[in-house]
Amino acid sequence: MNDLNQQAAAHYGKNFLKEVEDRVEDGEWVKMCMQCGVCAGSCPLGPHWEHSPQKIFRMIMAGKRDEVLSSDSMWMCTSCYNCIVRCPRKLPITHIMHGLAHYAHKLNIAPKGQPTREVARLFWNSLVQTGRVNELKFSLAVYFKDGFVRGIKNALAMQGIGLKLMKAKRLNPMEILGGHKCKDAGGIKKMLAKAKEIEDRRQGFSS
Amino acid sequence: MVKKNYAFYPGCSSQKGASASNFVTSINMVCDKLGIQLNEIPDWNCCSASIGYGEGGLLPRLVLNARNLALAEQHLPGQDLVSGCPACWLSTREAAEKLHEVDGLMAETNEALKEAGLNFKGTVRARHMVEVLVEDIGFEGMKKPVVKPLEGMKIAGYVGCQTNRPFGIDGESFENPQYLDKMIEIVGAEPASGYEQKVTCCGGALAFSEPEKSQKQIRDIVESAYDHGAEMIVTPCQLCQANVEVYQSEINKKKGTKLAMPVVYYSQLMTVAYGGNPKDAGLDGHVIQPERLRQIAERKK
Repeated sequence: MNDLNQQAAAHYGKNFLKEVEDRVEDGEWVKMCMQCGVCAGSCPLGPHWEHSPQKIFRMIMAGKRDEVLSSDSMWMCTSCYNCIVRCPRKLPITHIMHGLAHYAHKLNIAPKGQPTREVARLFWNSLVQTGRVNELKFSLAVYFKDGFVRGIKNALAMQGIGLKLMKAKRLNPMEILGGHKCKDAGGIKKMLAKAKEIEDRRQGFSS
Repeated sequence: MVKKNYAFYPGCSSQKGASASNFVTSINMVCDKLGIQLNEIPDWNCCSASIGYGEGGLLPRLVLNARNLALAEQHLPGQDLVSGCPACWLSTREAAEKLHEVDGLMAETNEALKEAGLNFKGTVRARHMVEVLVEDIGFEGMKKPVVKPLEGMKIAGYVGCQTNRPFGIDGESFENPQYLDKMIEIVGAEPASGYEQKVTCCGGALAFSEPEKSQKQIRDIVESAYDHGAEMIVTPCQLCQANVEVYQSEINKKKGTKLAMPVVYYSQLMTVAYGGNPKDAGLDGHVIQPERLRQIAERKK
């Protein structure tokens, strides 16, 4: 167990629900789930979830901390919001799934190499650099996330699509040299660092 | 005509040379015809979309969106923020609402915004371009500039997810919204009735990370359009447009299908119906050519 995870587990003991309520986006809604299963039946990637949102909510209440946080279920969320609009108790399920995924990532107990976890990290890194996402650099980073050889194979496999998009002026090879960015990219970096600092302090992460 | 003014938030995919640049091309002509003035928010930033959550916590994501809202409030006072991208709209609107709903969040957000020399008072509303068209212009208003009805075309209206959920357009149903079909009718085409994949998810950002799972969604969306006799799909969403159009060749390669269904934006249909040429409508921006739409756009009358 790493430090952040160890500290969190020690601090909250068996009360995983309290930990979720304190530290996970919209976590205070979890206890409202009445186990109807509409979310499970509404999810486009439902069959690929190890545990549906319905089960995740029950597992949180049952204190199954490691099983929940190390699951790759939440990373199957496509952000389609079907579950949110159909939930009879109006739980913001999509947000809770994002929140759980983020928390598991932050504690570094989310599954290693989970593809959506990696893509999410690369997307954020791209936007933090210049304030805007660079689609070309982001795509290349995604192809090369599993190493150089895999990256070349991925890039070759997608070459046809890339060339077509370039021809359609929807992918600009010059973006590799920098491309679109915010003038105040420096201010944005400072602002994001401050926001993280405030949130960490509120959630009891910093000393 | 007195123009209606809006603070425009294009979003990363709508920049020049990016994946949805042809959306911006076509919406410009639509706005011009309808008396809508889009004033770009100076130095806007990424909204973090619906994938930024992995690395970015809630407050950093709210602050990103608050920066755009604050810039709009400061530089374009009194104007609604409008985005054509559902992910941008959703993130911005969620942020605008959450800052008011949760105690202390506005103060924390402004503490962070100060690092970028900004402050948000909370007066800006975040809206989607389709809301502006449906609510502020109205269907009758959208019909007026039509000079070249797209007669004889049958089009599947694919709404997708985030234009529809969780906020929706003009209070319409989440399961079977009608506005896109109405827009297809306004431009003189026929909506494919009973198109049951209308609000199905294309996989969103997971098209990158889970290609097999997303491509199954995309295949259903395209095949159902064929089943309902459509010759084209129209969508209000940048990511839907890219995913559903671009991955058809991959699906063909892997599954031996012969999918070749053009996928365009509502703004491209409107531009052509309003008399725009293929360039005005951004029709050069497709990997599957919307041939029939191009023919109509090239026609003199």
